[in-house]
Amino acid sequence: MKKDYGKLWTLFRSMFVLSACTFGGGFVIVSLMKKKFVEELQWLEEEEMLDVTAITQSSPGPLPVNASVIIGYRMAGVVGSLTAILGTILPPMIIISIISLFYESFRTNPYVAVALQVMRAGVAAVIFDVVINLAVNVCRTKRILYIAMMLIAFIAAYLLDVSAMLVILSCLGIGLLDLAVSQGKQNGREE
Amino acid sequence: MLLLLKLFFAFIQVGLFSVGGGYAAIPLIQEQIVSVHGLMTLEEFSDLITVAEMTPGPISINSATFVGMRIAGIPGVLLCSIGCIIPSFCICLLLAHFYYKYRSVGGVQVVLGAMRPAVVALIASAGASILMLALFQAELSDAAFGDLRFVELGIFIAALVILRKFKISAVAIILGSGVVGTVIYALMGAV
Repeated sequence: MKKDYGKLWTLFRSMFVLSACTFGGGFVIVSLMKKKFVEELQWLEEEEMLDVTAITQSSPGPLPVNASVIIGYRMAGVVGSLTAILGTILPPMIIISIISLFYESFRTNPYVAVALQVMRAGVAAVIFDVVINLAVNVCRTKRILYIAMMLIAFIAAYLLDVSAMLVILSCLGIGLLDLAVSQGKQNGREE
Repeated sequence: MLLLLKLFFAFIQVGLFSVGGGYAAIPLIQEQIVSVHGLMTLEEFSDLITVAEMTPGPISINSATFVGMRIAGIPGVLLCSIGCIIPSFCICLLLAHFYYKYRSVGGVQVVLGAMRPAVVALIASAGASILMLALFQAELSDAAFGDLRFVELGIFIAALVILRKFKISAVAIILGSGVVGTVIYALMGAV
């Protein structure tokens, strides 16, 4: 893994902008990061981004911060991690510090309320765009197991309200079984 | 000084024990800030959650900043936020190190491969929740078809089409939908 300090400024700037515009939960920023770092900058592979998401979701702490730590580490080691964290936490720190001084008028402003409501439609569009690309790639693996796991995981998470952590850990278990089965087959062939 | 230290350690605990995304952090923050240390009233805390949901950034960083600012100004903001991310930073750095060291190992690939469809499903589930909020201002179980908001539906479809057809940044789409939607509602006289 090569460290690239020349990318630190772009890393900081990207994290700053993404964090400043992310309304509504960790998976939103993951979609934005995927679009930025995989599609636009091509710093990460798509599978890598999904792995990073699984790791961040299974670790304690805010998801965007966790993802920043790992992506930053990938680009430029510990210095990269710190740079990415700074980019991620500065916007909410600045925005909330200012708002906390006059939050009553912010909370009751009708234009703010409408803008926030309609922005959700834009956020949903970004997530769907990313999900379409990812789902197509899962289907391209042509493994029925993976396609079925994706559908079942969606039903579990969305309709049955199973926690994201539990979904990921269950799939980790299935992955271990899958590994045991495939190695069993290999050993069978060798004997 | 003692107060600042108290805040710092309270938010280290929030960062360490909030596993599984933003909303998992809310009861922890409430326990630490309202119940254990009595640094805020329950009413102030519910204002905090409202503001944190309306602004960008992870909910725990938002809360840390808000609490820090109201109790101890800028030094409070810095200490609370740093406290909140220290556990994430240490744990994710360690995980990132092992991930990049071992990810090309065959067995690890099989296990990670099984987790990726789950991550796609989780992102899709987050997207579906936000879309329901945008279109019906309600979760799936409470949504009534008569409440469908056509402005948001139009913005969602337009944004998705633009994203699929052109290379445009996610941030531009989100901010753009906020501006367009607010203007439409203002012209309709609904603001």
